[in-house]
Amino acid sequence: MNAEGERPILEARGLTRRFGGLVAVDNFSFSVREGAIHGLIGPNGAGKTTTFNVISGFYAPTAGQVFFRGLDISGRKTSTLAAMGLVRTFQGSTLFQEFSVLDNVRVGRHLGARARFLSRLLGTDRSSEREADAKALATLAFFGLEDLADEPVSNLPHGHQRMLGMAVALAAEPRVMLLDEPFTGMNPEETRRMMALVRRIRDRGVTVMLVEHDMQAVMNLCDVITVMNFGALLVEGIPEVVRNDPAVIEAYLGSAAANGVNDAA
Amino acid sequence: MPGAGTGRLVRRIAWQLRLVFLFAALAVLPYLLSYSQQEIAVLLVINVLLVSSYRLLTLTGEWSLGHVVIMGVGAYASALLAKRLGVPVPISLLLGGGIAAATAAVLSFPLFRMKGFYFLIGSFAAGEIIRLIWKRFTEPFGGPKGLKRIDAFPDIDIGFLSIDFYEPVNYYFLALIVVSASLFVLYRIERSRIGLTFHAIHWQDRLAESVGIDTFRYRTLAFVIASFFAGIAGGLYAHYVGAVNPTRFGVDQMVYVLVWAIVGGTATFHGPILGVVVLTVINEIVLRALGLDTARPLIYGAILILSVLYLPKGLESLVPRVRERVRRWRSGPAATGEGAG
Repeated sequence: MNAEGERPILEARGLTRRFGGLVAVDNFSFSVREGAIHGLIGPNGAGKTTTFNVISGFYAPTAGQVFFRGLDISGRKTSTLAAMGLVRTFQGSTLFQEFSVLDNVRVGRHLGARARFLSRLLGTDRSSEREADAKALATLAFFGLEDLADEPVSNLPHGHQRMLGMAVALAAEPRVMLLDEPFTGMNPEETRRMMALVRRIRDRGVTVMLVEHDMQAVMNLCDVITVMNFGALLVEGIPEVVRNDPAVIEAYLGSAAANGVNDAA
Repeated sequence: MPGAGTGRLVRRIAWQLRLVFLFAALAVLPYLLSYSQQEIAVLLVINVLLVSSYRLLTLTGEWSLGHVVIMGVGAYASALLAKRLGVPVPISLLLGGGIAAATAAVLSFPLFRMKGFYFLIGSFAAGEIIRLIWKRFTEPFGGPKGLKRIDAFPDIDIGFLSIDFYEPVNYYFLALIVVSASLFVLYRIERSRIGLTFHAIHWQDRLAESVGIDTFRYRTLAFVIASFFAGIAGGLYAHYVGAVNPTRFGVDQMVYVLVWAIVGGTATFHGPILGVVVLTVINEIVLRALGLDTARPLIYGAILILSVLYLPKGLESLVPRVRERVRRWRSGPAATGEGAG
């Protein structure tokens, strides 16, 4: 038995997901240590996004289990997982585009701002709502977006929208955050700032698991990297080991993403 | 900003004054109308609740074709409770709303497995099943002929004050009170975090789910609340008209609700109300005067097409424009030159 600190906070065992005849994820296992920044990489079509969708409850696994803090969470609803502390973000600018910046984060405070139906009606939820607003503003300040609180989201540049997506997730006070391609479409300067933010989120005690194509960023940021190919585990280890693993290099050189590894190496 | 607090106070008082004027106008209104117009005014007040409750469901992004049937559930339930079990009418009205809400809660299990177009069709099918049950089971629903001689609201007679609810004027005031209270509740719900959550589910249900919103539960909640108030509207209808039948709650009636909502617009609370009021006035006053009131489906169809083409955001989109006009007209020609919509 491992010590308490050694127990993985998030773990997959023999995870499999089929779509008809296609096996998108094939007997895939990994484990994420608490407090780590854990990267999940692989060539296009390796099954990363499907894995994320299974972990976050959008798809039920065909076989295998996902454990979160030692509990089998396979097939549970996304909203239930969020309440347990497992919150994901989405690719691109998936936001409530019609809302103001602050209202986006207020929705993210859903779990923290509970009130009875009747107190919503009578307005006696005011104190908990004020607290939710304060926390939402504090979350915006963490991302340096507090001056934009009243702006409509559609006015925000792409980089800010990506940060807001993380702010919405962070407002739900997760223990593990799943980031789906946080650096895609960013210039090097934006990527650098985003990496610093991910580190600061980890420093707040949130374990981070991310799917990403930007090899440079993944190698610099992650403590542990899991590489998957054809839906299955290829290698798992620290960046230095993964970078020089012949199986990884072969997997990437055999695909269009090969130059990513060359850049990193 | 200096004076922001007083500005808010002034706006609040202005808003309250407007409400007072509105209610004063609504109180005087029936005395300016003929007897038959008073009857129409009663139905209009009931329809305001019907279409406003419908809007609450549309906040989550789902459009149902079963809302009028749900209204019918409230009407049948309240009528049967009063007729068969002798439940006093005001209580049967509330229970009718409750039964409509419970029906929606049960229906949400199959229906909210679907979204968008599939939900629309599913809600239509569910509504038709309910209507078939009314037609098929003469006991207790009265079959195709429906229920007749439904108990009216009991007269109020306390010596100096006696109110007979067979009189349209009196029923108008009763309906006005019930509907105003209901609208107040609907408004509060929308302005609370629940309303924010409904909107969030509409625009990005996956993102909403990912931060812990149980989208199924909230869709059900919207459906149940909307159905409760539709049921109340149904009860108000049943105890006023005194008869209900399956045809009264058919899909053609549902189309009218859709037309009111679309022509009025559903982005604001007042949009659908504007829609039902304007279309009822056009229908009952203008068309009736011209002797064209039997052409209602034709005219409604034309209005729907015209409004979708030329006023896609509904009558509600005219409100800010009118307000701007008034503001400019008040401040005189000096204030022109500002951009208006």
